Amino acid sequence: MTLSTPGTPRNPGLNARVPAGVLEEKWDHHKFEMKLVAPHNRRRFEVIVVGTGLAGAAAAATLGELGYRVKAFTFHDSPRRAHSIAAQGGINAAKNYRGDGDSIYRLFYDTVKGGDFRSREANVYRLAELSVQIIDHCVAQGVPFAREYGGLLDNRSFGGAQVSRTFYARGQTGQQLLLGAYQALARQIEAGTVELHPRSEMLDLVVKDGRAVGIVVRDLHTGAVTSHSAHAVVLATGGYSNVFFLSTNAMACNATAIWRAYRKGAAFANPCFTQIHPTCIPASDEFQSKLTLMSESLRNDGRIWVPAEFEDSRPPGEIPDSERDYFLERRYPAFGNLVPRDVASRAAKTEVDRSRGVGPLRNGVYLDFTGAISRFGADVIEERYGNLFEMYERITGENPYQVPMRIYPAPHYTMGGLWVDYNLMSTIPGLFVAGEANFSDHGANRLGASALMQGLADGYFILPYTVPDYLAAFLGEAVVPTDDPAFTEAEAGVRQGTAELMARRGTRSVDHFHRELGRIMWDNCGMARSREGLEKALSEIPALRSEYQKDLRLLGDAEGLNQSLERAGRVTDFFELAELMCTDALRREESCGGHFRVEHQTEDGEARRDDDRFAHVAAWRFAGQGAPPEVSVEPLEFDHVHLAQRSYR
Amino acid sequence: MDLKLRIWRQASPNVPGAMVEYDMPDVSEDMSFLEMLDILNERLVARGEEPVAFDHDCREGICGSCGVMINGRPHGPQRGTATCQLHMRQFKTGDVIEIEPWRAAAFPVVKDLVVNRSAFDRIVEAGGYISVNTGAAPEANLVPVPKPVADAAFEAAACIGCGACVAACPNGAAQLFTAAKLAHLNLLPQGQVERWERTEAMVGRMEEFFGSCTLHGECEAACPKEISIDFISLMNRDYIKSKFKNRKLLSQTK
Repeated sequence: MTLSTPGTPRNPGLNARVPAGVLEEKWDHHKFEMKLVAPHNRRRFEVIVVGTGLAGAAAAATLGELGYRVKAFTFHDSPRRAHSIAAQGGINAAKNYRGDGDSIYRLFYDTVKGGDFRSREANVYRLAELSVQIIDHCVAQGVPFAREYGGLLDNRSFGGAQVSRTFYARGQTGQQLLLGAYQALARQIEAGTVELHPRSEMLDLVVKDGRAVGIVVRDLHTGAVTSHSAHAVVLATGGYSNVFFLSTNAMACNATAIWRAYRKGAAFANPCFTQIHPTCIPASDEFQSKLTLMSESLRNDGRIWVPAEFEDSRPPGEIPDSERDYFLERRYPAFGNLVPRDVASRAAKTEVDRSRGVGPLRNGVYLDFTGAISRFGADVIEERYGNLFEMYERITGENPYQVPMRIYPAPHYTMGGLWVDYNLMSTIPGLFVAGEANFSDHGANRLGASALMQGLADGYFILPYTVPDYLAAFLGEAVVPTDDPAFTEAEAGVRQGTAELMARRGTRSVDHFHRELGRIMWDNCGMARSREGLEKALSEIPALRSEYQKDLRLLGDAEGLNQSLERAGRVTDFFELAELMCTDALRREESCGGHFRVEHQTEDGEARRDDDRFAHVAAWRFAGQGAPPEVSVEPLEFDHVHLAQRSYR
Repeated sequence: MDLKLRIWRQASPNVPGAMVEYDMPDVSEDMSFLEMLDILNERLVARGEEPVAFDHDCREGICGSCGVMINGRPHGPQRGTATCQLHMRQFKTGDVIEIEPWRAAAFPVVKDLVVNRSAFDRIVEAGGYISVNTGAAPEANLVPVPKPVADAAFEAAACIGCGACVAACPNGAAQLFTAAKLAHLNLLPQGQVERWERTEAMVGRMEEFFGSCTLHGECEAACPKEISIDFISLMNRDYIKSKFKNRKLLSQTK
């Protein structure tokens, strides 16, 4: 192991503040170096946490336990509805309970490699290190993980790994982990350390003297706009896959909180790094409102194939084995069906594009359990994936125990997000960002079962150290009062934005424009991107937006529940974000992970990175309405993981 | 298919509502029930009428946001299926579908089909957790949990908090919801220390908001996760026991 040098920033203003020292000791050392707040002083600090998914609920609960006064905000009716609840497959941890060669170092290595060498080594190592504590904590909370007959915890495999390190609770791991965090939060609400604000949507970040000092929210039931101040603000508001309209995200997932923070000065890192998940149920008609994920864990036992013949219309059962192409096993013998998501998605797209797609619209590939069912029996398969099989049947009307599933890639996760330093603090002091909302640990492609790990690591084990380190300097200082001009101006801006939206009495609905925007993004900034397509998108998006400004029809009023108004605010931000994504994708003249530029591929169609020019994080800053955003870069250094063309063959 | 919808419209909590009839032609059987409502809303907007408000989010049957009475049944006709997972192939052309918000005094209507279910959160806050601070946990495999125990706890923990059980109950009782959370925690070894206090506190809080259980069993039939009514027996047993449990003797297992 080599000693890494202390990180001197090459770019002022983007200091990642990675601690010096040996990789394995950085976090321990840093924890010792950080400032503390004594127990009796913690009540004197207020912290706002926006979002109550895994990262937000975990952070709010833990900061509450420590004795800080926390205000938690969610736009849902209950913290338990956050979209973390829908994560199916599992959570990684380097416990090595299987004795199959896992270790913290291997999880770190797999994650950096899986992310196609576009993440910060020190952050990823810390994540791998904390993974083991997460499992301990969740088990103590009562998370009912799957167990073996001896009563010990069970594991399964996920893509991008050759060890079994994924802990799971049937196909509902996210639900069980979120309930654990929600229950911890509920305990603090009862104890009075956390004040919960449900149905409250953050519509602006308040910055004074360069620091984040509070937020402005709209009560979704009454329409009331109010200000809330604190010594620090944590955003844990999830990702932005819904910019594509059709995605596996819940309908209300949005970028508004992070986008408005971006407009207030927070840098946005790698916006073009989006993940297209390989195993989703293909779209069935034009009315479809969202796409449904089928957990990656299915690739443990399911084999992916297409007919070897082009445009083969036979039902799958009539196609003999010799006339099937198990294309992942053929192209990637070492990892087979468990290659990382970006690789699996592109391979499926290649097959569908060359007319080997299956199903009525020829827009899918098969995921076949016949072999696993005859090997283990239908009961074992049911125990492993029962709820997923049922969900599939409800949606498609087909029984996957008898007919292979049809799957196709869909937008699922966004690795990009607000730029944060090692302490998870954005470029605005006092503004912390956690979970999917930040850009941190997954590089250009996230491995399966790593999102839950990251959300909980950020919330339970990182922010509770780094937020107090920031707070300590403000001991004795009161929060900025909400009648300060910084707040009243932000509130006025929010009211004006709402009034402007409500004034649009055109002819078309919010969803119409969102669907159109999604189509532009999917066609040009989706699984394959080209200069030509991105430039086209960059001319189409502003044109559609000006139509949106003229022709949007919003009904009802703003003084009560108005779901169209809520959506219109979010779509307004998606329009701006979409442009930034395309701008970033255009600038990144390489292919890496989920970012695939057709101009940059190897002869076998694999992503070709350009480490000399692009081994960095691209962080964008808002430069004013209508002005092009400014980019700065944080170089990435790899002292431990050897930069190489990823090979899963 | 062509349908007729009768939907509860109510502008705000304190004004009276009414059933309003809508013709709904050209519905595809592959649509989900909520996609059908999406289309209705698109048509309403095109006609200049305010769209129907309804709660929904993940559309995968796991977040628990959605849920309406469909022809008098919570989540509609398909067993073990949340509204968002219900597909229109369960209906046929000419059907009249009545759509109402959850019927329960503890869940007041906010607007149209949206109700306020925060009473559920209050029950969990009363004790629906294991009190363990972050960082204090022992190694995960230190306490083996027999597989049948872990499986039963999971079955109970699968509750999505949608409120269908309350809506289905003639008494507006929340026994199934509360019992599921109690069983999840009270079955696990980690949950034993607080078992009796948790049971008393959660049942007490539940009774502040909800009606009483008379074992109709409608809740189990309506539950989209098919959570068993057996958990209510478990809760009742623990509740009675909690009343005469000497808590100083808790560590004595024999």
